[in-house]
Amino acid sequence: MFDRRDLLKGAGVAAIAATLNSTKALALDTVTLPFANGERPLVKYPQKRPMIGLTSRPPQLETPFAVFNDGPITPNNAFFVRYHLSDLPYNLDPDKFTLEVKGKVDKPLKLSLKDIRKMKATEIVAVNQCSGNSRGFFEPRVAGGQLANGAMGCARWRGVPLKAVLETAGVQSGAKQVTFNGMDGPVSDKTPDFVKALDLDHATDGEVMLAYGMNGEDLPFLNGFPLRLIVPGYFGTYWVKHLNEITVIDNVYDGFWMKSAYRIPDTPNNAVEPGTAPKATIPINRFTIRSFITSVPDGARLKAGTTTLRGIAFDGGKGIKEVQVSTDGGKTWTSAKLGKDLGNYAFREWKLPVKLDAGSHELKVRATGNGGETQPDTPRWNPAGYLRNVVETVRVSVA
Amino acid sequence: MQRTVLPAVTLALATAVGSAFAAPVNYKTPDEVAAFKPGPNLEVVQGNCSACHSSDYIATQPPMKDKKGFWQAEVTKMIKVYGAPIDDADVGKIVDYLAATY
Repeated sequence: MFDRRDLLKGAGVAAIAATLNSTKALALDTVTLPFANGERPLVKYPQKRPMIGLTSRPPQLETPFAVFNDGPITPNNAFFVRYHLSDLPYNLDPDKFTLEVKGKVDKPLKLSLKDIRKMKATEIVAVNQCSGNSRGFFEPRVAGGQLANGAMGCARWRGVPLKAVLETAGVQSGAKQVTFNGMDGPVSDKTPDFVKALDLDHATDGEVMLAYGMNGEDLPFLNGFPLRLIVPGYFGTYWVKHLNEITVIDNVYDGFWMKSAYRIPDTPNNAVEPGTAPKATIPINRFTIRSFITSVPDGARLKAGTTTLRGIAFDGGKGIKEVQVSTDGGKTWTSAKLGKDLGNYAFREWKLPVKLDAGSHELKVRATGNGGETQPDTPRWNPAGYLRNVVETVRVSVA
Repeated sequence: MQRTVLPAVTLALATAVGSAFAAPVNYKTPDEVAAFKPGPNLEVVQGNCSACHSSDYIATQPPMKDKKGFWQAEVTKMIKVYGAPIDDADVGKIVDYLAATY
């Protein structure tokens, strides 16, 4: 969609602007994601390396896929960014930041960052993945953020269990859900504010966390500084950024972002016939199981002989039992060697040396979880473009 | 020497330790460079759509067979779901622009 001349013009302007103001450098280059209308600028934001720019307002950045071959932890400066609404708290003052805990609690709380950092800290390595990760591959195509596979990442999160905070506040009997609101909001007060809810049992499971640390540093601003919700195994829509308001309620939250948005078909595998609408829906929840080859991009040319394939796998929290690789388009499969186990919510690395003869090959990878679930050979479809987890294929030519 | 070096070290330490809590974030995003393509009723589109999001949200949507139906549904969603204050008289103009241009 980008006109080449516009791009060149834009790059020239950006180059001039860069000498005046370092925040204005833009349009470093472009990448073309492998679906129709997939051309994107590579953009440079503060605290981020060059990222695939999806939208500039609100900022949405996709991780260049090659990053996932560098290890199971996604660096903070490469971690994807997704916002819904354009009024971001660009000027928030961490000294004045307050997390409010209210609603059906005995003792409403107002906690500063220092208060939260004084509490006993825990850490978890967990994948965050956008619900719409890989939406651009849906066929038929659907509206929404047109992402390839880079709206995911795995980090070591540090913070306090939500359970501990709720215990301090004292949840009252009859409480059913907990809602989460962040400092980012809509431009118009007619647009529903972004608020998410978890059932009380889930919110107090000891794993759901209020995180201020990411890979040993403060959260980057665009990843929710100074505090965000971590919901291990669940899609990123629940991982509320700039989190400053927690409310315990005695009903099921019916705000737009729970009741109408982020819904998946209430059907087997949460799928429907492509192009059709489901009769009933439920809120999106856990990740489906996925695996990727990261060491070889689609269309690569390789030398005949032995090549070690590498990649990652993850699921919604049961953990990865097995990763299998096929070099013949799915006819035969071989188990890969799994890498270090960083926990059931983390990327699990795998590798496998394979011998490739000259010619074209379809490389495929398929993970199986500890619960027995695996990936489908053909894509499942839903109208919002969520949950993609088809067996991935990388085509290579070997000479 | 020490008298001059020590305050500098203290200052550096204070800066390092206090960095996360020293001042408002003042995060600066790069300037928006994506622009709407030329087309009919461009000014109506700029005046309405740009209030809440950049033009790349539109430009990156997939190519659909039924362009008019797709963009009509998107504009309706912006009004009904996200509360976009778009005049009735402008709805058709915006849909025509989007269907003709993207």
